[in-house]
Amino acid sequence: MSSSFSAVLPTLVRRERASLTAKLLAPPIALVLTIALNLGLYIAMGRNPAAVIYAMLIEPFVSWASFSEVLLKTGPLLLIAQGLAIGFRTKIFNIGAEGQFILGAIFASAIPIWMPQATGQWIWPAMLLLGTLGGALWASLTAFWRVRLNANEILVSLMLSFVAAQLLNYLLLGPWKDPNGFNFPQSVMFQYDAMVPILFEGTRVNVSFVFALALSIAAWIFMQKSFAGYKLQVGGLAPRAASYAGFKESWAIWLSLIIGGAAAGLAGAAEVAGPLGQLQRSISTGYGYAAIIVAYLGGLNPIGIVISSIVMAALYIGGDNAMVSANLPIAAVRVFQGSLLLIYLIAMAFVRYRIVWRPTSARSTS
Amino acid sequence: MTIPLLSLRGISKSYGQVHANKHIDLDVAAGSIHAILGENGAGKSTLMKLIYGVEQPDEGTIAWHGQSLSLASPAEARRTGIGMVFQHFSLFENLTVVENIRLIVAGRRAELAQRIRTLGNEFGLEVDPLAHVHELSVGERQRVEIIRCLMTDPKLLILDEPTSVLPPQAVGKLFETLRRLRDGGVSILFISHKLEEIQSLCDRATILRAGHVTGHVDPREHDAHDLARMMIGRDMPEAIPALPMAEGEKRLELIGLDYRPDDPFGMPLSTISLTVRSGEILGIAGISGNGQKELAALISGETTLPRDKRDQIFMMGHDVGSLDAASRRKLGFAFVPEDRLGHGAVPEMSLTLNGLLTAHPLRLVRHGLLDSGKATAFAAECIRNYDVRTPGPDAEAGSLSGGNLQKFIVGREIMLAPKLLFLAQPTWGVDVGAASAIRKRLIELRNQGMAILVISEELEELFELSDFIQVLYHGRLSPPLVTRDTHPEEIGRYMIGVQPQREKAPA
Repeated sequence: MSSSFSAVLPTLVRRERASLTAKLLAPPIALVLTIALNLGLYIAMGRNPAAVIYAMLIEPFVSWASFSEVLLKTGPLLLIAQGLAIGFRTKIFNIGAEGQFILGAIFASAIPIWMPQATGQWIWPAMLLLGTLGGALWASLTAFWRVRLNANEILVSLMLSFVAAQLLNYLLLGPWKDPNGFNFPQSVMFQYDAMVPILFEGTRVNVSFVFALALSIAAWIFMQKSFAGYKLQVGGLAPRAASYAGFKESWAIWLSLIIGGAAAGLAGAAEVAGPLGQLQRSISTGYGYAAIIVAYLGGLNPIGIVISSIVMAALYIGGDNAMVSANLPIAAVRVFQGSLLLIYLIAMAFVRYRIVWRPTSARSTS
Repeated sequence: MTIPLLSLRGISKSYGQVHANKHIDLDVAAGSIHAILGENGAGKSTLMKLIYGVEQPDEGTIAWHGQSLSLASPAEARRTGIGMVFQHFSLFENLTVVENIRLIVAGRRAELAQRIRTLGNEFGLEVDPLAHVHELSVGERQRVEIIRCLMTDPKLLILDEPTSVLPPQAVGKLFETLRRLRDGGVSILFISHKLEEIQSLCDRATILRAGHVTGHVDPREHDAHDLARMMIGRDMPEAIPALPMAEGEKRLELIGLDYRPDDPFGMPLSTISLTVRSGEILGIAGISGNGQKELAALISGETTLPRDKRDQIFMMGHDVGSLDAASRRKLGFAFVPEDRLGHGAVPEMSLTLNGLLTAHPLRLVRHGLLDSGKATAFAAECIRNYDVRTPGPDAEAGSLSGGNLQKFIVGREIMLAPKLLFLAQPTWGVDVGAASAIRKRLIELRNQGMAILVISEELEELFELSDFIQVLYHGRLSPPLVTRDTHPEEIGRYMIGVQPQREKAPA
């Protein structure tokens, strides 16, 4: 007896077990595909692909000078992404790291702006501490509304980022504007003691990079070894199991948002007390959003995030290079980042699912 | 010999490493009620899915009236003349009976309603075609499912564990229907693990164990003991007697508890009163959906009462109504929930980490850090003592079969040495041997003075375990019935709400 005819349709079937190899291969494959896709785009735009490849992917690594710039960019991305990843594994989606980053910068700037004459080695550590506090406070607003009113943390944290940007505008156009700054929206230049010490002579990489690496180790210990990290992961993987065991959801929301906010705030403080040396509008360059991509590209794993943050920082530097040398528009870097996240998510879908073409009748009966 | 209606030869099906069916041979004669008997996980459901065209076998042949047959989908199976009633019903609750049936069977509404009535009269499947499904009892819904199958005029009807959802009275009525169907020329494949049912209903039985056929017998010629041995491969462990106990202290007391869930589809509870003392097992009978979920969450602390509702839930003498799950556990309470995956255990985590979920107070955490040595030792001990079949403590909870994971969770909660142990459906999906081991352990614990509360749909289980039985029906709890003075029919009347509710004033 033969079977009747029906259409062959693809369906996604969950794999019994996602293989570790596939998990590890997915990010590099996504990166290669993204590069290929974007090169195609650049060629379609009439750019010289060889020049773009060289500028974007090779140049950041050829000299210590340019690589040190990669490390400089890695610092904030690494800090923010490590903090965010803890929240994402708890399934608390803090999308407002950009705002927490800005608040960190504002809080840190308060010391040199209010006390421009102060001296002493206490200033920069106090600024970093204050910045951390500022980011944590900004994130705790989101936690408060989520716990009290069950307001979605994605929307609240994202919208608070816009509020933070306006707060920064207000300060720079009003009370904190440099009186001798020709009306530019920026603060005074900070005194020497308000600057984080340089790590490698001759570069702009400062001690905050060490903090970012230390935080990565701390994040690894927290998630792998601590009971608090364990409770957060249970809440993320199986909320009903968490409430069954009596792990409080409100505690998890507060903790994961405050960790994410504190890390972003520290990154913001290190930015004004580091390469910028003053509070200005351009501190907000989207690190808070790029770090979301970094966190996922690193598989939400502290070690993976160290690698993905270097990759993302190199893409920033390479994108800047390409803008100059290969005449790429500024949006090209954003398109690259966005397509990287999209392709990575698609790749991860194939790690967890496989496509089955449902056949009508597979075998012949004899 | 006449040609069998359905004939399977050398059927095999694997899922990854798991061989669900291995070289199965099976003949179903015309006009026969044929039992497929096996423990949970023996491969019964897989075999039925192959016959009903949900899945295709890796090897082997299926013949229908002696002709080779290959089914790509259930729709094709229905056209061939094979119908199936699943354990979990697939009816739209906000449609009427006839509307549900029209989704599958073509025809005018009035005409179909008439056919439903005729079939109902003929086979004892009375149901109002114009009633909305949500108004129907479980037994009536099952009748709708069967009628829907009969509308397609099947020659073979597959019923997957049909009695597991029914009160005892309805079981008798279902059997009557099945016999009439057989006499009307429909063969029936009856899947079950309940030996008495199979002996009273079926004329053939094929027994499966671990994916293999271990016997083709006439169940009426074998006693339950023989069948059980073929099913589990060894003798059943003997039940241990419950010792007479002096009346112990109250470990759990609910007094006139009223509760209205936030979920509009939840079942409100009204004036629930019960008491569990040390050295005593209280069983809560009733069909799922009568408030079990809500009651379990209120007792476990996953639902807490508002602070102004005082003196309704007491544990170990403390008013715990507004305490959360962790605080109740600190008083000596442990709980095995009905759902294992995602509730009693985190599927993506190892057994070691799942042990930690509730056993962390056993010094498995030091200075805020996990003591992985002790946590692994705890999980390993639980695996050993409760016969959990798994490669080891590193295995992910989600990779275990339902029954094995249940053994792990039950073991974990017992190892906490609670004063009050609460289990919802403790042996659901657990194979017969392991289920009786769990029951045995519970009676031992009771004899040692633990207070135990069990919610179960399986009446046999409650009769084996409990000192008292209360029945939950429509959010109300019957008065406690002394188990040795009652009988399944009385419990059954409470289960379908025909017993006049004797109101009991709150103590």
